[in-house]
Amino acid sequence: MTLETLSNARGVSGNEAAVRDLILDAVREQIDEHTVDALGNLICLKRARPEGAGGEKPLRVMVAAHMDEIGLIVTGINNDGSLSFDKVGGIDDRVLLSKQVLVGDKAVPGVIGYAPIHLIPASERNKAPDMSKAVIDIGAANKGAAEGLVNVGDYVTFHATYQQLDSERLRTARGKAFDDRAGCAVLVELLQGEHPVDLYAAFTAQEEVGLRGAQVAAYRINPDVAIALEGTICDDLPKEEDDDSSPVTQLGQGPAITFMDRSFIADRRLVDLLIHTAEENDIPYQFKQAVSGGTDAGAMHLAREGVPSIALAVPSRYIHAPVSLLSLNDFDHTVQLVRAALSALQGGLPS
Amino acid sequence: MIESTELLRKLSQASGVTGYEDEVRQLVHEAWEPLADEIRTDTLGNLIAIKRGAGDAPRPTIMLAAHMDEIGLIVSAIEGDFLRFSTVGGVDLRTIVGQEVNVHGTESLPGIVATRPPHILTAQERSRVIPLEKLFIDVGLPEETLRQHVQVGDLITMRRDLISLAGEFVAGKAIDDRAGVVSLTVCLDMLRGMRHTWDVYAVATTQEEIGLRGATVSAYGLTPDIGIAVDVGFGKQQGVSDSKIIDMDAGPAIAMGPNVHPKMHERLVATGKQHELKYQTEVIAGRSGTDGWAMQVSRQGIPTAVLSIPLRYMHTTVETICTRDIDRTGRLMALFITGLDEAFGEELGIEKGADA
Amino acid sequence: MKERIRQLVEAYGPSGHEAQIRALIEEQVAPHADKVRTDAMGNLIALKRGSGDGKPVMIAAHMDEIGLVVTYIDEKGFLRFSPTGGVSPVTLVGSRVRFANGTTGVIGWEKWFRPEGNTSRPELSELYIDVGATGRDDTPVGVGDAAGFVRPFEDLGQRLIAKSMDNRISCAVAIQALSEMGETPNDLYFCFTAQEEVGTRGAITASYGIEPALGLAVDVTLVGDTPKARPMAVSLGEGPAIKIMDSGMLAHPGVVRWMIEAAESLEIRYQREVLQGGSTDARSIQLSRAGVPAGCLSIPCRYVHTPSEMVDYGDVQNAVKLLVTLLTGEINL
Repeated sequence: MTLETLSNARGVSGNEAAVRDLILDAVREQIDEHTVDALGNLICLKRARPEGAGGEKPLRVMVAAHMDEIGLIVTGINNDGSLSFDKVGGIDDRVLLSKQVLVGDKAVPGVIGYAPIHLIPASERNKAPDMSKAVIDIGAANKGAAEGLVNVGDYVTFHATYQQLDSERLRTARGKAFDDRAGCAVLVELLQGEHPVDLYAAFTAQEEVGLRGAQVAAYRINPDVAIALEGTICDDLPKEEDDDSSPVTQLGQGPAITFMDRSFIADRRLVDLLIHTAEENDIPYQFKQAVSGGTDAGAMHLAREGVPSIALAVPSRYIHAPVSLLSLNDFDHTVQLVRAALSALQGGLPS
Repeated sequence: MIESTELLRKLSQASGVTGYEDEVRQLVHEAWEPLADEIRTDTLGNLIAIKRGAGDAPRPTIMLAAHMDEIGLIVSAIEGDFLRFSTVGGVDLRTIVGQEVNVHGTESLPGIVATRPPHILTAQERSRVIPLEKLFIDVGLPEETLRQHVQVGDLITMRRDLISLAGEFVAGKAIDDRAGVVSLTVCLDMLRGMRHTWDVYAVATTQEEIGLRGATVSAYGLTPDIGIAVDVGFGKQQGVSDSKIIDMDAGPAIAMGPNVHPKMHERLVATGKQHELKYQTEVIAGRSGTDGWAMQVSRQGIPTAVLSIPLRYMHTTVETICTRDIDRTGRLMALFITGLDEAFGEELGIEKGADA
Repeated sequence: MKERIRQLVEAYGPSGHEAQIRALIEEQVAPHADKVRTDAMGNLIALKRGSGDGKPVMIAAHMDEIGLVVTYIDEKGFLRFSPTGGVSPVTLVGSRVRFANGTTGVIGWEKWFRPEGNTSRPELSELYIDVGATGRDDTPVGVGDAAGFVRPFEDLGQRLIAKSMDNRISCAVAIQALSEMGETPNDLYFCFTAQEEVGTRGAITASYGIEPALGLAVDVTLVGDTPKARPMAVSLGEGPAIKIMDSGMLAHPGVVRWMIEAAESLEIRYQREVLQGGSTDARSIQLSRAGVPAGCLSIPCRYVHTPSEMVDYGDVQNAVKLLVTLLTGEINL
């Protein structure tokens, strides 16, 4: 399973089946058990290996990556054949203009149009557009024609195709939904190897609408330790000369360790474990240098009696927009760091 | 056969501000007692009626939830002959000016949300919403007597009788979501004459208006296999864009979106079609704001559906509904329940006892 | 008791960084408890066993305090930060903070002594911590480290001032009650919870683990007795407050009744509290598992979430008395 396949797959929150099927196919041979639960989470168990590793009761480690992506949903089919829509998850209205989208399971192509600039009064050209009346145009001549192609309730994804850009230095790649297909791809990679802990790989649903999949998955698994894998904010664009503010993360500087975000405060022991593991294995790392966003760790750390939790992320520019960009070096280093951390957890959580 | 308008009248006119649902709960208890095998109240005051199915034990279970609490006011201070108050739940302060209320002190005291005559206000003052700090309730008693009858923390409800409009429409307070409770009653009543194999938990939930709190704990306690939340939805009215609303007198809206399990939606629609019931569909892109939002993530997750009964003027004292829609909602649920079988359970991957 | 209060309010412990305050509390409760443990979220849970006929009761006083966490260190060694909990920028300019390792810093504002500084309020993004470093390389703290306010405890006689009355005063009340009480029929779980200020998080996992039959938070509440304050019927010095409602929950009516009856039997002053804004651990306890009857005993406090929070010593002493009476009797809601 490549990042490419996962990024190109389509799965807005609440409609993750296509992504889930792809992942299950890719990992089925590597896992001992799996469940698909009521929210649509795919939970895979890979027991500690080789046999006896991790002692009689190996540590139960839940590693979560969310399958869902932000997108749109069709709320109505209008008489002129256009589609009204609502947003699923946090999308900046300004990125919607003039984008290509795919509607429904049959991936019907469409565009989000907006009035030509010629017809917009000068006084409004500098304002953020009002998207409450925007529609998707699939080219249907009228309501009847549209109804033959799409249904109310169809989920809509951005149309963007994965492509590797730079093959040498940062090994950059562009594509949609790196938040969090990058995390899913890391987790699929991890399942190919052996680890001295009982690894509960949770491919979660509905993260973008409130960490809902991870909440019920963590309740079911009741793990000893939890790790959320993410594609996170990277704001390393050029700044004004005297602006020395945080880029949150920087492309190519390694996986980003989250010490706190809006949804949780990381367990200090796990922060230290990741730093120590990275340094010992010469893996580059950075901190997520801002307290922003939320992750599945926010739900997992509050499950039942509480679970020591951490989030680790592949820095991705332009998340929550139609196309994002990451460095495959960061991706590989994330796989390496989590793999080494799972080994380091063999003896249990350090005190 | 349940006379839904009359039951709605009783429930609508009863008091039951969030956290203090005793009076309305008593009335629901009376209505449900003849229809259920067992009835009880849990720690947070949720009323739970159990109607057993005809299948072999252990039987799968469905939870139906409609909230019985209503938004209201609460006394926050006594200042001279007047009461200051806070809101409980999402009260629109613009709608309560000049409103008659009941202050539930040592006895129920009629009161008025005080207004200053427009004559003495400036044009600027008249154009602004009156902030909570400038609103008072007057029960017409001098401070000394007032203090004998009212204390900080006493509840205040809107004083409003249910009235009948044309075309089986009615208007009143707290139809959000006493209409849902009536639809559950209609469902339980219909099920008496029908065979169903699953156990049914009908729950009149508490504290929905301040964060789905009753549904959160009752779903945890009951651990149902599937759930349906019934609440009111935004009915077509003046001044609201068409894409945000559902039609009045067109049956319950069966929701779709992340809060709803696709197979639950499918099965409800199929039930509606099969029995030629009036229904509509609506899309809820994320948080539904109903008890279903809490039920879905209880424990290991519960396949959930959300039904909305169309209602105009939500969170005011003139909430307007078509009683036919209430009956249709109850009927849809009853027919859905009679159709529940083993195959559907398997389709949803229900693992009985998985939580143990 | 004032010495106990001084120790508790001066200790370091922003949300998520409670190790130091937890150690201090553990030392104080250990002699009076049958069992003390720390859970996965860092809650400290001290159990005093009852005679066996009573109920499991959870008493929650959060031990974390509001603070700041370093998010970025610029080239010149100035630290940018995010708040942990409800920190107002108005209280920060010129304030001193301290990190877990003892490093002290002062908070600066980009607009201080600039014309815009005279007409605008500071934004968090315009503030920074100066720890005396000369560059990024010699900062004694790192990204992810947290700081709490530094202020000495002041005893004005009847009124007390400190940086973290919210909620160390309640920790003091709970510890004092535990140390003073005799036999009880109830199993008492004294929880000194973590991460309350970032969303009553510690109480969520603590109450799940304890499965109490009754939950009682002890926390501070706002007052309406200062100049032009938002109207509120709670004043300093009029006795502990019994919470009826706040922005996060409605207390269980049976719990309210139980508390009022106890206060009246003791003939102490008490106040009925309806609070706009804020909530407490009781909010989380109430929603635990299949639901828990929950309420809150509140200590009236002025200037909450500033570095100088003020309480009345009489209210504090009466809160201890009320808590002892509540917990040592038979409980029937």
